Amino acid sequence: MSDQNYITSFCSIKSSKVCINSHIDYSESSQVSSIDFLKSAYKHYQLAYPKFYKMDSLCKLALITSDLLLKTNKITENYNKEEIAIVIANSVSSLETDVEYQTTIDKNNYFPSPTVFVYTLPNILLGEIAIRNGIKGENTFFVFDKFDAGFMSSYINSLLNNSRAKCCITGWVDFYENKVESFLYTVEKQPGIMNIEHTSEQLTKLYTNQ
Amino acid sequence: MDALIDKLKGEIIEQLNLEDLKKEDIDANAPLFGEGLGLDSIDALELIVLLEKNYGIKIQDPKDAKAIFTSIQTMADYIKANQK
Repeated sequence: MSDQNYITSFCSIKSSKVCINSHIDYSESSQVSSIDFLKSAYKHYQLAYPKFYKMDSLCKLALITSDLLLKTNKITENYNKEEIAIVIANSVSSLETDVEYQTTIDKNNYFPSPTVFVYTLPNILLGEIAIRNGIKGENTFFVFDKFDAGFMSSYINSLLNNSRAKCCITGWVDFYENKVESFLYTVEKQPGIMNIEHTSEQLTKLYTNQ
Repeated sequence: MDALIDKLKGEIIEQLNLEDLKKEDIDANAPLFGEGLGLDSIDALELIVLLEKNYGIKIQDPKDAKAIFTSIQTMADYIKANQK
């Protein structure tokens, strides 16, 4: 089998816009706050997931983006759940929630919040996506200064070419103050809805255009 | 007691991020866990923190927690009996 893999669908949320496979699917005024936009998108798409409001902002962003991605490309129906990997990266880890948690452990007002604490790791978002979709394949989270198309394409291609997975949900999810963006895409061994070779160059072009 | 139950409903909605619920949606006698509000083990820890933070009540024996957190009504009963 060829070592060539393909980006078969993608979804991004940035600047109060949801883009699915390059077209703007939903947007609101850029005046709306990031978290209000996410709640509005959640209602707009009727995603109906009881845990949504309990998640931190990073997980909310990841969940909406992955839900929309998997609505457009039903990989969870086309592959065994063990064959789907999730590999995501960002630049700020879980800093938004870490800061929030810090406010609950002030020595003069010491009431650590268990609910906030569980989200003080960025890889929790992988678990949220996996639980939501019953995915049981490999999952990994990286923290980089910026989106690294060379590393991501190389790592995901290695996973697929070494039969560690047959399909991968991958990309970038950042949420801290005004640094809010997600870009998730699926990679498969054969072309799908979209037909973009999964190379560093193509990935850079795709990410830059979001 | 009704005022305390109403206050507890508001605090639980806020503390547990139950944004899709309103106070009037919650039956004070419905189970908090399982088929009722569907709370989980992390929520249980958050309720323990809520009791201590908002009412100054620390549950001494963890075995008591199950009975205390059966419903909002049982929580209110416990607060009334233990608040100094």
